[in-house]
Amino acid sequence: MSLLAFDWLLFAEKLILIAIIVFASLGIALYTTFAERKVAAVLQDRPGPNRAGPLGLFQPFADGLKLIMKEEIIPNSSNKILFILGPGLAMTAALMTCAVIPWSSRVEFFGRSIELQIADINIGILYIFGVVSLGVYGIMIGGWASNNKFSLMAALRGASQAISYELALGLSLIAVLMLSGSLSLKSIVEEQMQPGNYWNIVYQPLGFLIYFICTLAECNRTPFDLPEAENELNFGYHQEYSSMKLGFYLFSEYINMIMSSAVMACLFFGGYDIPFLDESSLSTNLAAGLGFLALFAKIIFFIFLFMWIRWTIPRFRYDQLMNLGWKNMIPLALFNMLLTGALILWKAGV
Amino acid sequence: MQALTNRGKAVNRAPMTWAERLYLPSIFKGMAITFSHIFKKQPTIRYPEQTRPFSPVFRGLHVLNRDEEGRERCTACGLCAVACPAEAITMEAAERQNGEEHLYREEKYAAKYEINMLRCIFCGLCEEACPKDAIYLSETFAPANYARKGFIYGKEELLIPNPVTEKELLATAQGH
Repeated sequence: MSLLAFDWLLFAEKLILIAIIVFASLGIALYTTFAERKVAAVLQDRPGPNRAGPLGLFQPFADGLKLIMKEEIIPNSSNKILFILGPGLAMTAALMTCAVIPWSSRVEFFGRSIELQIADINIGILYIFGVVSLGVYGIMIGGWASNNKFSLMAALRGASQAISYELALGLSLIAVLMLSGSLSLKSIVEEQMQPGNYWNIVYQPLGFLIYFICTLAECNRTPFDLPEAENELNFGYHQEYSSMKLGFYLFSEYINMIMSSAVMACLFFGGYDIPFLDESSLSTNLAAGLGFLALFAKIIFFIFLFMWIRWTIPRFRYDQLMNLGWKNMIPLALFNMLLTGALILWKAGV
Repeated sequence: MQALTNRGKAVNRAPMTWAERLYLPSIFKGMAITFSHIFKKQPTIRYPEQTRPFSPVFRGLHVLNRDEEGRERCTACGLCAVACPAEAITMEAAERQNGEEHLYREEKYAAKYEINMLRCIFCGLCEEACPKDAIYLSETFAPANYARKGFIYGKEELLIPNPVTEKELLATAQGH
């Protein structure tokens, strides 16, 4: 009978929320691929895809259909189980991040207050770190199972890059945690929303810069796209992949981008906070809706920033990548951490 | 070594400073440049809808001319085929029968006239060789095709619309 005591409504509500968020992320990722091509085109003085549908808006569906219809090739000498597991793992890890992101405050629905966050766990950031690290396995396993020199090289590069930059990523976040005193993303956002408090970017400009650069590296975006360097590694770890398995890899990169943009918005840019507006003066549902739009605008801005950087600068050489990571990012992050700690102590008057 | 021109530039090979090794100032400079390109005019011509204007002396696909009464000018003399350096033109002559005076201008005409557009080099020598003003190069080029056969243009493709019976068609073909 203990099952009956379970709050089934909560269960249903979370299930619906998960479904909405997963499908919305997939849909947004679909259009992020389109946006990538459009941004690239506009930055290079060309019109970009404009044939499929009005303004080329059906292009992502054409791309998706193409990927699904393609022949699925599994190399003879590959490890079949791992070969199939790779893209699935990459996709799962990318989608799992969305569990702790607070998409907005809460909505009132038939007298029920629904939190617009799948799980407000008090170790939210640690969870994100864990999941992001799992994402490396997608690349590693894919590259390893392909049984191809270039793929393996790319996978090794990807793994070592992720490890190097995760250090600086973590160190830059410690400073944010010192400020907010909590690992829960929700409370970090609420703290920034308090009247009199500014967004964390004001207190942590250097921390944000380090975090942003490390996020680029974590998402394998240019200038850190060494794992999928087309012109030196033949597309890197997904070289042997075809059809929707390749699509999963490409897709997971875009989902990763969306999720890390959302995390970045929550940590440094007030999440669903609307600047210069007191949310408590609005009705709950209106505030939630506007808050979601604010978060969405921030996410779109970061995605544009990612693309803007991609179509501006070339890829780092491998030694430059490692030098930047170990000799510049980590010392800077440590300095930032110490400075923040000292300032907090000085302000507290110790 | 002695410099051959005065355009050479000395390369700064000094090791990068710490600030330079952060790459950030140069990255921001580069991003400003790409951002400014958002507002630049696109030179793109959206091809099937828009076309680039050709010069009036452009040598494109051939047309076989008719006179003002709509009669074919070609007499199948074969001078164009002789002049053709690519040997792209073949023709078969035929004699005009009684009652065909409204179709063909002279007593002899081309029963078959074919130009292989894959062989043709669009030099325009056929146009210059023609004593009857029967062949001209127009301002369009051969569209893509799936088979080689499709590039062998016969009389149906080459003859211009009849100016007496197909006035509208001729007007569209001339781009009016």
